[in-house]
Amino acid sequence: MGAYRMRFSRNRLVSLMALLLSFACAPAWAQAPQYGNVGRAPTEQEIRAWDIAISLDGKELPPGSGNAQQGAPLFASKCAGCHGPNLEGSRLGPRLMGGKGTINTTHPEKTIGSYWPFATSVWDYINRAMPRFQEGSLTADQVYALTAFLLFRNEVIGEAEVMNAQSLPKVQMPNRNGFLPPRVEDIPDTNKRGCRFGTCP
Amino acid sequence: MNSQQADRRRFLKGSAALAGLASAGVIYPASAQTPATADRRPDEWYDYGVRSRFVKSMRLGTNGRFGKDPRPGVPRDYGFRAPLQDVYGTITPAPLHFIINHGYDPPDINPAEHRLMVHGLVDRPLIFSMDELLRLPSVTRMHFVECAGNSTASGAGFAPGLARTLPPATAQDTHGLTSCSEWTGVPLSLLLEQAGVKREGTWIVAEGAEQGMHMKSIPIAKALDDTLVVYGQNGEPIRPEQGFPLRLLTPGYEGINNVKWLRRIKVVDQPYMGMRESTKYPSLRVDGKARWFQFELGPKSVITRPSGGQHLAGPGFYEITGLAWSGAGSIRKVEVSTDGGRSWKEAEIQGPVHRKAHTRFRLAWNWNGSEAVLQSRCTDDRGDVQPSVAELGKFIGVTMSLDFFKERPDAITHFNAIQPWRVMRDGSVQNAIFA
Repeated sequence: MGAYRMRFSRNRLVSLMALLLSFACAPAWAQAPQYGNVGRAPTEQEIRAWDIAISLDGKELPPGSGNAQQGAPLFASKCAGCHGPNLEGSRLGPRLMGGKGTINTTHPEKTIGSYWPFATSVWDYINRAMPRFQEGSLTADQVYALTAFLLFRNEVIGEAEVMNAQSLPKVQMPNRNGFLPPRVEDIPDTNKRGCRFGTCP
Repeated sequence: MNSQQADRRRFLKGSAALAGLASAGVIYPASAQTPATADRRPDEWYDYGVRSRFVKSMRLGTNGRFGKDPRPGVPRDYGFRAPLQDVYGTITPAPLHFIINHGYDPPDINPAEHRLMVHGLVDRPLIFSMDELLRLPSVTRMHFVECAGNSTASGAGFAPGLARTLPPATAQDTHGLTSCSEWTGVPLSLLLEQAGVKREGTWIVAEGAEQGMHMKSIPIAKALDDTLVVYGQNGEPIRPEQGFPLRLLTPGYEGINNVKWLRRIKVVDQPYMGMRESTKYPSLRVDGKARWFQFELGPKSVITRPSGGQHLAGPGFYEITGLAWSGAGSIRKVEVSTDGGRSWKEAEIQGPVHRKAHTRFRLAWNWNGSEAVLQSRCTDDRGDVQPSVAELGKFIGVTMSLDFFKERPDAITHFNAIQPWRVMRDGSVQNAIFA
């Protein structure tokens, strides 16, 4: 307990010093040593080509749209070989549906419907990494349609519901509240979360 | 075969039989009587050195050699464990460094064409070539990397949970998903200062250039603290399977953060919840709630000699030695027990001790020939002590039985409990976790 208190007060001291330093160094910061001619500004085109990670508010999502009806034949031709015609999975790819109500049992079945907290992750991962060995081959419309198909088969959205840059980030996933800490803003402070010797409670 | 070669063969046979502890990976071909014959391998050996053909130590895939599952149609497994029991000192040789590649072969990247882009919530987005990164002020640091699931019962595709819990398990089976290197590169803080992080930049997203383009969200505090963008490993360019030509290094954080084949850092205002960070790496509690983003790896140690699968030649002197590390900082103390945890002796620590790095410990031991259980526990400079299996179970609120350990590896990632090895009367050494 004593050690803990000591650490706490030392942390406060360090924060105070950092605060003072940040004022003291403010003018120096503005003129931080630049490393001349090392690195260049990327073009807008270069940024757009690589800017594929999708945030929870979906601001990187490209134009385009699709629904489950459009996604079904795409799934059959491009995904079923590994994930099974009924999304049941195989040795080559995981199961993509089912498992509802199993997460707190001794045999949790983690799928998009039973476990995944965010719909944007589905779009991001299909676009980034699927189909295996043909990564990057799907159009934005196809990724929206496949995402819609998976969400529909997991009973998250309706069969005709259209997924696009506006609607997808608004989809509420069934297990969104299954993660600790629940608020994304609280993730970085592992002391406050009570993490100890490498494990969080 | 001339008589010299025949002598040498006889000698090697004899030494293999007698080698005892050393036989795990190394046999010493040396004779005071007869000069050895020359090693007659191709001239290219002089261009780029190779180890002696008598040294057999190698990585081992979770699904066996080359990561190949014996069943047909199962894709290669990309979890390869380092033979920690054969490592001397604190550096893991790069060709033996553990590999987790999330199912992808290393990409074949020409460094002349590789670029790192830093953009997002910054004043000045930047693109760097490898040549440009090499011009910037560099640092060299010793750090371990460890997979979040190291030492759990996960990952054995065709025999789930078995390898790690069974008596024949070696230190490679139990702890091989960690390795330690001397890394050289540029502090990420330097690149971020050049780009100028905006006030609302609270996270970064780091992304690789391999087929699956692995991505990971990391808090800005870590990015500005000791995170490095590295191109050097143990004095040479990092190996393709370790991210050539460029990787991220987040000292002390779980392995998934150390993005290989790094090509993009985007400064953002929230975690982006990529597939792996939001669905694969959270640890699922028994009540159905999952702990996501656990980041830091705890204090951990393992005796590497004598350890599982090795053989003591008979009663007498043996140095007990092993590795300790902590994601929190440096190792302050290592204690060793030779009586199953009833009494503990402080081991000698090999200095200099580096922060967030494998630390070698040693203790002299005379084996009296009776059954003995050897184990180590370390304390880091935060004062945290490596827990026992029971203590770790209590902390996460479960009874850590063998069955639970085998069936729910997803509930106990970051398994850093004390590892016991049992020395049998015949000199064989067995894994005694849960025994």
